[in-house]
Amino acid sequence: MQKTRYAAAAVAAVAALTLSACGGGGDSAESGSGGEGGGESLRIGIKFDQPGLGYDEGGSYSGFDVDVAKYVANELGVTEDNIEFVEAPSANRENLLSNNQVDMIFATYSITDTRKETVAFAGPYFVAGQDLLVPTDSDITGPEDLEGKNLCSVTGSTSAQKIKDQYPGVQLVEQPGYAECVTAMGGGQIDAVTTDDIILAGLASQEANAGKFKVVGNTFSEEKYGVGLPQDSDRCEDINAAITKMIDDGAWEEAITRNTEGADYSFNKDLNPPTPEPCA
Amino acid sequence: MENYLSLFETYNVPAAFWVNIQLSFWAAIWALVIGTVLALFRISPIPSLQWFGTAYVNIFRNTPLTIILAFGFLGLFSVMQISLAGELDDSLFRIAIVGLSLYHAAFVCEAIRSGVNTVPVGQAEAARAIGLGFLPAARLIILPQAFRGAIAPLGNVLIALIKNSTVAAAGSVAAESSSLMKTMIEFRSDLVIPIFLTFALGFVILVIPIGLLTTWASRKLAVAR
Repeated sequence: MQKTRYAAAAVAAVAALTLSACGGGGDSAESGSGGEGGGESLRIGIKFDQPGLGYDEGGSYSGFDVDVAKYVANELGVTEDNIEFVEAPSANRENLLSNNQVDMIFATYSITDTRKETVAFAGPYFVAGQDLLVPTDSDITGPEDLEGKNLCSVTGSTSAQKIKDQYPGVQLVEQPGYAECVTAMGGGQIDAVTTDDIILAGLASQEANAGKFKVVGNTFSEEKYGVGLPQDSDRCEDINAAITKMIDDGAWEEAITRNTEGADYSFNKDLNPPTPEPCA
Repeated sequence: MENYLSLFETYNVPAAFWVNIQLSFWAAIWALVIGTVLALFRISPIPSLQWFGTAYVNIFRNTPLTIILAFGFLGLFSVMQISLAGELDDSLFRIAIVGLSLYHAAFVCEAIRSGVNTVPVGQAEAARAIGLGFLPAARLIILPQAFRGAIAPLGNVLIALIKNSTVAAAGSVAAESSSLMKTMIEFRSDLVIPIFLTFALGFVILVIPIGLLTTWASRKLAVAR
């Protein structure tokens, strides 16, 4: 009896220590990031694994999202050295914003009504559309040609869901990332890869893939890439002004051309360049 | 709350778990078969078979499952163009089962070998003394006792297998639960925490009965000495 009581007390003590350790860690992390939030520096969420948009090249970052982010930051009075790029995988974007772990997100972030319930958006700074990437010698010209073919997309992505809903005759393969899809297409078992056209263009313009694949250029959706912001952010107006300026002075188009070089890609001229929507 | 319940109208959560159960079921059977053969190799008197068993266990036990399943998709399916069924989905499903079986066979083998260690040496000596060869001795004397001693560790392997079946997402089995969870989070980011808890609870419901059952069975069936 005595022994069990001691054991129970020990367990309780250990549990209390563990819990308090958790609380302490959380507090210090929060105050630390809070300190960085104000003033001259910015934490910007981008993708690290999307060539042409947001790509980690061993500490330096390249891509269209990154270029727009740098331009906007510059307009907000933050120099390039004071930007801290943070990885923002699709599933984490809302959390990063609502926990104030990043100040803004440029990560192929489509403006949707569900997302507007938890985060705010500036922009759009680009209107992408779902498209297909196929081998250069393929005769697929659109989603209608995919009946019975093998199509690859990323697990859980909007693009994958759209195919399931609208083209049930297509055999959809879902992979953790687009790199796996492109590798499989190189092997010949996959006939096409689908997602937003500019992401596909970035993949096709990678050195390893140069000349092997082409973007079909027949978009079948409209994805308005916005700048994700915490809901209480007051930066929306300034960001929109910066985006408009970037479009007007030609830096916007130059950034797209530079980041999709070699992919034989041209963006949808009817929808681009976009006019930023009024801030809510 | 209503928001949360509407999730279940849009997404078929039980169906996703059913895919994991099917993956686990087939992989468990194959892993048990392969693992038993490997355990026989490891306790056999033939050095080359012992060597093969040890090499297999060391290689597969030390290779991350994600890599094995990603190899199934990228290596076997994409590059070597191996197809295990006419339908694409079935083929990927079976390739995932192959990956899961090969990986867990290494752990099954070790569980059975630990069961063999619970059988006193005298049992094997007695079997030899009445004139049984290696295989009859293993089949009639050693393995029946070894399995009864190995129930608890085998249960642990099965529990690990059920949880690991979510890694099949790396092998493109997108109908399983972790893939569905990813989809749900992508579209209903306002409910991230409840979605996580739902899937965590799903696995608790699947796994706890197995733990209870194997603990009970290992007590009930252990050979009293």
